[in-house]
Amino acid sequence: MASIKRGVSLYSFQNETFQGKMTLEDCIRTCAGFGARGIEIVGEQTFWGHPEYAVADADIDNWHALIKKYACVPVSHDFMLDYKRYKDREMPFDEQVASVKKDIDFGARLGMKYIRALVALSPEVLVAAAPYAEEKGLKILIEIHAPLHFDHPWILRHAEAYEKSGSKALGFLPDMGMFLFKFPLIWAEKFARLGVPAPIIDYVVKAYEDRTLSEYVVLNVQNMGGTGPALAMAETLRHNAAYEPRRMLPYMDRIHNIHGKFYEMTDDYVEPSIPYDQIVAVLKQGGYDGYICSEYEGNRWIEDAEEPDSVEQVRRQHVMLSRLIGEPAELALAA
Amino acid sequence: MMDNKMIIEDSLESNDKGFAFYGRLPYYRGLGLSMVEDIAVSVDGAAIPREDVRFSVRGKTYKLDEMESVYDDRWNFGEKAKIIAMKPGGLAPGKHKIDFAVRMRISYLPFVPTTKDSKELALAA
Repeated sequence: MASIKRGVSLYSFQNETFQGKMTLEDCIRTCAGFGARGIEIVGEQTFWGHPEYAVADADIDNWHALIKKYACVPVSHDFMLDYKRYKDREMPFDEQVASVKKDIDFGARLGMKYIRALVALSPEVLVAAAPYAEEKGLKILIEIHAPLHFDHPWILRHAEAYEKSGSKALGFLPDMGMFLFKFPLIWAEKFARLGVPAPIIDYVVKAYEDRTLSEYVVLNVQNMGGTGPALAMAETLRHNAAYEPRRMLPYMDRIHNIHGKFYEMTDDYVEPSIPYDQIVAVLKQGGYDGYICSEYEGNRWIEDAEEPDSVEQVRRQHVMLSRLIGEPAELALAA
Repeated sequence: MMDNKMIIEDSLESNDKGFAFYGRLPYYRGLGLSMVEDIAVSVDGAAIPREDVRFSVRGKTYKLDEMESVYDDRWNFGEKAKIIAMKPGGLAPGKHKIDFAVRMRISYLPFVPTTKDSKELALAA
């Protein structure tokens, strides 16, 4: 029986690649070393030029050579579509479709199976681009990312449009951050460094665990005298919630890639704020055999206090994932 | 994000026309120049007027108003751009506090982020 596969979005190493501390080869070698053979990228992060000017052929050749050298698999090119490119007007519909086609071409040039669309894009644009994706042999996956979720009307609209189109080239890429079941410790610590009083921090963390409606939490923090960073902490509850992993099940036939979002992996291989045991169980139940690609996003929460160690964080996540997936010992890594 | 990595250490230079340093876009990807809404520079607490700021990458130099309609060039991820401030006389040797803020128009964000960095840079005599 086909099994869940492991991969990494190189987004995870952004703190290192931004500073030139890791090259593309360092990233891919690292992933392969963790047994994570699927490689996902944000095209505008990994390559210079796209979409404003042409990416150098040498850079593309290097990509293919590295994928081959480390026996990896290109999974997804995450594209952006800057529909606010023009200062005073939104990009017209036809131009948006043409832009998606350009990203389909770029994804195809990299040998990707998928291109990731941001959730802000309209279903009509993606439906119009779908025949071209079919022609090029890849799929366009819209990223379902908190605060959106599978029961949100905007996502239902996308799902309806995809069904109506009849295209198999349209699908979903859920980000596991939508199943945030505890307030991440590193978020609370960041807000403490920004000067949020301890009673407010304790209240927000508790309110998150109690699933209190975010509007009440914002009001209560105001009533506790919270301003600035304290309100920003309360506002995180408007953008995050503990949605139910089982809500992915009705959509399994269109879920082809997954963002393994995480904020912190502890040294005993647990992400304390995202229930990966439940998530992997649901994916197994749904017969998922695509990749879970790591998306480490703790970096931005700790970088003011310490230099993130993205490689160690990703390693720990892959120890966890290989155990949860139940990989044969020879595939799992030496912890 | 990347706030504290925007200004490149030890990159301050000066001549009779003004001064310059290297700066990076505080973002996890690059951005087309038309979406860089503003670059604000201050030295020792004094703001440089917008019309006196120049942005330079890969041999091309732009005024900020010009950048608003540049659709064929970008500030790449991690790319060190030369940020030039036209200031007749330049800066005196010694330490100077540089403030650097970038305002970006990000299509999917329901707000317009401004990210800042501030560093003390030394100018050799």
